[in-house]
Amino acid sequence: MIRVTEDDFNVADEYRALINDNGKDGAVVFFVGLVRDMNQGSKILNLQLEHYPAMTEKALQRIVEQAKSRWQLGRVKLIHRIGSLSINDQIVFVGVTSQHREASFQAAQFIMDYLKTEAPFWKKERTPEGERWVDANDKDTEAKSRW
Amino acid sequence: MEIGNVIKVLFFASLREKVGCDSMIFSLDDVTTVAELKKALIKYDPQFIPVLEGKVLSAVNQELVNDNFKIPDDAEVAFFPPVTGG
Repeated sequence: MIRVTEDDFNVADEYRALINDNGKDGAVVFFVGLVRDMNQGSKILNLQLEHYPAMTEKALQRIVEQAKSRWQLGRVKLIHRIGSLSINDQIVFVGVTSQHREASFQAAQFIMDYLKTEAPFWKKERTPEGERWVDANDKDTEAKSRW
Repeated sequence: MEIGNVIKVLFFASLREKVGCDSMIFSLDDVTTVAELKKALIKYDPQFIPVLEGKVLSAVNQELVNDNFKIPDDAEVAFFPPVTGG
């Protein structure tokens, strides 16, 4: 259900696993986060994702459980990559199934909003001007407050 | 003799770089809160002032907590900047 890994993931495989032998769910929503080539006004060459290994899976588990207690969900898959990533690389995958679409749409947003503010990951960007830690975005905190 | 509360303190990301190490063992006479641990670290070495003041998140035994949280014995306490995953 949760994977934290240096390895890339294949969306088609993840989608297949969410719907395979899953006759009761009529909706699947998934989100993929990618590395952008620009951030906070600078060109990005690549980035490094650090995390807190002992806490990461626990934090993600808790977020998924909260989502499951709020909506009637079928399957949930959450993947987050760590280590060195290049422009256009996939960083994060969240996939949710439910009987009807509303629960899946909302739960996927909820999981991303909480992941952005509570899961212990930090991005360090390499730009032509040097390396820098990414600043947390106030919009992410605002997005979480809607739940 | 009582050794007191032995706490493993971890630092991540920009905080780790500011401190110059990723972990340390810190011993306190009494059970204490996260806020008191921060004060004790600053008293021990003022280099912690720019590290621990400002926007810092704290986790005790891998759970996010606030400053008033009481730290149990043999805990792992982590300090880190606001997270930027996803």
